[in-house]
Amino acid sequence: MEIRKEQVEHVAKLARLEVSEDEKTTFARQLSGILTHIDQLKELDTAGVEPTATVLPTDNVFRDDEVRPSLSQEQALANAPDQADGFFRVPKILEDR
Amino acid sequence: MSLRKLTLFELKDKFTKGEVSAAEIVKAYFQRITVVESKVKAYITPAKKDALLKEADDLDYKLRGWRKIAPLMAMPIAVKDNICTEGVKTTCGSRMLENFVPSYDATVVSRLREQGYFLIGKTNLDEFAMGSSTENSAFGPTRNPWNLACIPGGSSGGSAAAVAADLCAAALGSDTGGSIRQPAACCGVVGLKPTYGRVSRYGLVAFASSLDQIGPITKDVRDAALMLQLIAGHDPLDSTSADVPVPDYQKALKFTMRGMKVGVPLEFFAEGLDPEVELAVRTAIIKMQELKAEIREISLPMTTYAVATYYLIATAEASSNLARYDGVKYGYRAAKEKGLLETYMKTRQEGFGPEVKRRIMLGTYALSAGYYDAYYGKAQSVRTLIKRDFDEAFKDVDMIVTPTMPTPAFKLGEKVQDPLQMYLSDIYTISVNLAGVPAIVLPCGFSSGKLPIGLQIIGRPFEEEKIIRAAYAYEQATDWHKKRPTL
Repeated sequence: MEIRKEQVEHVAKLARLEVSEDEKTTFARQLSGILTHIDQLKELDTAGVEPTATVLPTDNVFRDDEVRPSLSQEQALANAPDQADGFFRVPKILEDR
Repeated sequence: MSLRKLTLFELKDKFTKGEVSAAEIVKAYFQRITVVESKVKAYITPAKKDALLKEADDLDYKLRGWRKIAPLMAMPIAVKDNICTEGVKTTCGSRMLENFVPSYDATVVSRLREQGYFLIGKTNLDEFAMGSSTENSAFGPTRNPWNLACIPGGSSGGSAAAVAADLCAAALGSDTGGSIRQPAACCGVVGLKPTYGRVSRYGLVAFASSLDQIGPITKDVRDAALMLQLIAGHDPLDSTSADVPVPDYQKALKFTMRGMKVGVPLEFFAEGLDPEVELAVRTAIIKMQELKAEIREISLPMTTYAVATYYLIATAEASSNLARYDGVKYGYRAAKEKGLLETYMKTRQEGFGPEVKRRIMLGTYALSAGYYDAYYGKAQSVRTLIKRDFDEAFKDVDMIVTPTMPTPAFKLGEKVQDPLQMYLSDIYTISVNLAGVPAIVLPCGFSSGKLPIGLQIIGRPFEEEKIIRAAYAYEQATDWHKKRPTL
């Protein structure tokens, strides 16, 4: 599978990653190599084979809805790059298009 | 004998009997750190000497006339730096979390803390546990204590190197595709990846949630059994931790393999396996036969597809898990950007290293519109086939014995430019994670270049005691585990 630079740009945008011109070239080459190896999976007939998302039985886990100790507001904000008045502060969103 | 050379079990025994004080233990380990850590670079954040010494003095004072000893009291244990430690930086080997200080402990850490352990340091790793050599750490590589020009394996390279170099009594690692076992093999120590769900993942920074599992890296099998005992079991804080009884693993430590059926999968001895590694593993299998194990040839035909399957599933899960690093709630944020989207893009561009970006890209691609079925969906179906291989094999045998890595530890820098070659070095370990089964690795010889070779024993789900028993019987019948690097 050959990955072109434009595809790298598209995927990087989906992943919210800015990539430099150099990175675009390198990723295109490396991802092409990896996907070529991965293409061997196409040899396998998987028609009718159930997918495995997890090896454990997937039962819902319930608990009573009661108040328990949790992080304080101060603890929750302790690692924030920017904060104000007990909130996480982010750059303006509305100007962003 | 110097304290640092003792196993965790021996050191605990000495401390319990009052033959050594907590302060003496801490001093001995810091002396070792002073001498060899600059060569090995196992730690990102070593413990603060003064603070730990004070803790030791306080403990010694408190214990006068009160000898109730918790199992890990005063035991210097290292923790991989992707496992949260309250008040102690947890960087994941990434610029993104360079200054991240968790406000809570991972469940495994709370358990060790309840048992009185001393956190001797947070160990180096490939960034977000993505790598097989510890070269992907933003803080520089760790080196193999047996040969400083070689990699210690990865991603738990810091933990394995710290155990091998006597920089801690035991360590915790995490294993998503071999990250406990492969470095244990490279460094000549014991590494145990428990069954998926056996140990709580609460507080382990997520890489690939359906594959990640925490486990011990230790100097011998008895220590691994002890560590697993203390961290295993159901945790209400991790809904994927299994509510399955935890047996007494010390009872599994027996000197014979009588009655055990051991499978040898022919696909694991195919092209690409270094002849010296093959010889060491085959010799170990003969030793198991002498220990009365019954050896059977088996087949795991899906083995060749494991690397491809893994690098779709693990990267897809990673691309989703790592979406949280957006420069808002914690971690790095790029300076002065115009809007929110630009902040996200720049933050992630500057905060992540090349391998993490590559995996996010691959995972995003595999999940993207038009490719989901062909890649991610396909990989999930092949995962079912890989798991079926193991289910079938375990109808006939109790455990499966294989090499851990196709070669001994390679040189630093050798595979950095070729990610596919690096991925292919995981071929013997990753199917274990895809199937969710437990596996233990222990030393079984040395290459002509004097590098350790690791034997892998894979078990049925939640049958850690059987692989511990086999590993212990083999270990006690050989003396590989007594060999230590000279530094």
